[in-house]
Amino acid sequence: MEFITDILLLSDSTLRISAPLILAALAGLCAERAGIVDIGLEGKMLAAAFGAASAAAVSGSPWVGLFAGILVSVLLALLHGYVSIHQRGNQIVSGMAINIMVAGLAPTLANAWFSLGGQTPLLDNEARFTAIELPLARTLEGVPIIGSLYSDLLSGHSLMTYLAFAMVPVIAWILYKTRFGLRLRAVGENPEAVDTAGISVTMLRYQAMVIAGVLCGMSGSALSTALGAGFIRDMSAGKGFLALAAMIFGRWKPVPTLLACLLFAFVDALQGRLQGVSLPLVGEIPVQFTIMLPYVITVVILAGFAGKMDAPRASGIPYEKDR
Amino acid sequence: MSGGPTKLPGILESVLMPFLNILVALFISGLVVLALGEDPFFALGLLIEGAFGYQEAIGYTFYYATNFIFTGLAVSVAFHAGHFNIGGEGQAMLGGLGLTLAVFWLGDTAPVLSVIVAIFGAALFGAGWAFIPAWLQAYRGSHVVITTIMFNFIASALLAYLLVGPLQRPGGQMPESSDFPEGVGLMQFHELLELVGISFEQSPLNLSFLIALIAAAGVWFMLARTRFGFEMRVTGQNSDAARFAGVSVPRVTVIALMISGALAGMMGLNELLGEQLRLIGNFTLGYGFVGIAVAFMGRNHPLGIVLAAILFGILYQGGAELAFEMPNITRDLIVVIQGLVILFAGGMPYLFRRPVTALYRRFALQGER
Repeated sequence: MEFITDILLLSDSTLRISAPLILAALAGLCAERAGIVDIGLEGKMLAAAFGAASAAAVSGSPWVGLFAGILVSVLLALLHGYVSIHQRGNQIVSGMAINIMVAGLAPTLANAWFSLGGQTPLLDNEARFTAIELPLARTLEGVPIIGSLYSDLLSGHSLMTYLAFAMVPVIAWILYKTRFGLRLRAVGENPEAVDTAGISVTMLRYQAMVIAGVLCGMSGSALSTALGAGFIRDMSAGKGFLALAAMIFGRWKPVPTLLACLLFAFVDALQGRLQGVSLPLVGEIPVQFTIMLPYVITVVILAGFAGKMDAPRASGIPYEKDR
Repeated sequence: MSGGPTKLPGILESVLMPFLNILVALFISGLVVLALGEDPFFALGLLIEGAFGYQEAIGYTFYYATNFIFTGLAVSVAFHAGHFNIGGEGQAMLGGLGLTLAVFWLGDTAPVLSVIVAIFGAALFGAGWAFIPAWLQAYRGSHVVITTIMFNFIASALLAYLLVGPLQRPGGQMPESSDFPEGVGLMQFHELLELVGISFEQSPLNLSFLIALIAAAGVWFMLARTRFGFEMRVTGQNSDAARFAGVSVPRVTVIALMISGALAGMMGLNELLGEQLRLIGNFTLGYGFVGIAVAFMGRNHPLGIVLAAILFGILYQGGAELAFEMPNITRDLIVVIQGLVILFAGGMPYLFRRPVTALYRRFALQGER
């Protein structure tokens, strides 16, 4: 029985941890499908986490926080769009610039506004997205297997977790079932053809960046107002990069990307559970090694499954009309 | 564009435009200072005073600059080969580890030899830490930006483990190693100057600064005068062309990224062998990332990198004094400036091409007509 409880707890934290990853990976997917490499997911996430935590702390409402998080992230996405589309700059460099800028600016502003040494105040539960109990969770609790699956595993997550999972079919629908989605994918594969058809490459790419900004904003808000209770320096801890790796592992497709995010989240949940636990054969693993686990797995996955064959063909290449 | 693009004279292209870009970055930084409720000009005054006001400050400025020369060169060598090595942090940490192992291995018996071995140890371990991401990029197509950032996290955890485990100072509580044996270390600048009879206040500035300058000269020589440097630049500019010309692109990628890692690894010389004289956890303090800004600001030219490194040395030393005087300004502000410099100098190098070209046409070309 204890084993089953362990599995349940592990799956539960996997779902919880996966929310920001899924949202960020979908953001990266939308941008890259439109031909813009977005290595600045990490920075946008961190900026949104800071924006959401600050606004929620001041207003007392997680919704104001979410709005602020999305706003900040969209602005940064547009900046990246401007550099990539109008300036035809190096997209990796621009993304990295955003990452570094935010890593400095967020604690600077936090320090100036709240004087807490680069953090935002701890949020009350009213100012956070807290656990939602799904209907009938209490009643079904007693039912064997299904009951505990439903009430322990599926129920009791924050709105942001449900939202993250809901965004996967939404994004998939937009990409594969709408005219806009078709154009967006085309602009990442063959912008010349899109241009020839009389559709603005520039406009489409900006629209993709706005979608990426919104998703990344939700991701960062989830980090600081659902998973956590406030902004802490460097709280994204490489998750933006993990999300990119998940997107590559998921072959730039929404559902496989979701599965990859769940795998990363599972490894992260596992490393949390492994801390201080004595394993058969190896004994207790030092905490520093369990912390390494998600990063090592990322490298292994990239090494094993990466490759350029599935990447959108025009991703990372600025479009020049007069060529 | 009317009349087609005009070719600008070299001086406008390589000096004026980067200068304008950096000016914009600094201007926005000034706006941030203003938004924090402080006077930017007063802050600038404090910063310059803090960086040059007295001998010790000058020593510190060049001490920080030394770190940035190493990490800036590291980023630029990779960039010349067409890759973005953001793993300078991790490579520097491993370099520090290599250096420390060499010192503990030979330090007691042969202090001078141990310093020489330590210099190579730092480069070797830094290069080694870059090897796996480099190989994966070259032969598996794994994006080096993602793998190197993962390797930063892994290096940090590895060092943390070693410094509370096998390498921790016996009986100590802090994540740091034992002190290096007596007599092991790089000579400090004030000691050097004393030898020739000049007195200079004590500061952490040490021989590593000269090693960094030699490294910069070496990188220049490699890029400009060797066959490999040429192959590297061709690969960076057009890997297809390089392949057709018979260059082994994967081989060039691996070697370039390893040289980059070795340079980043040598940052430990300055911090550990020049000043701390022991291995401490996270001694890299983000200097690996500063290298990115330094490389772009210096336009990936070794001389430019040395100058940009000194400018960032001024920002770091002056910024420390500034943070002391103005409570609203912390060292994080320098990270913001780094980001802005990367954005404007690296991401938008052509921001001012149009206005500068227009002005150039109006004034310079008019004379010819």
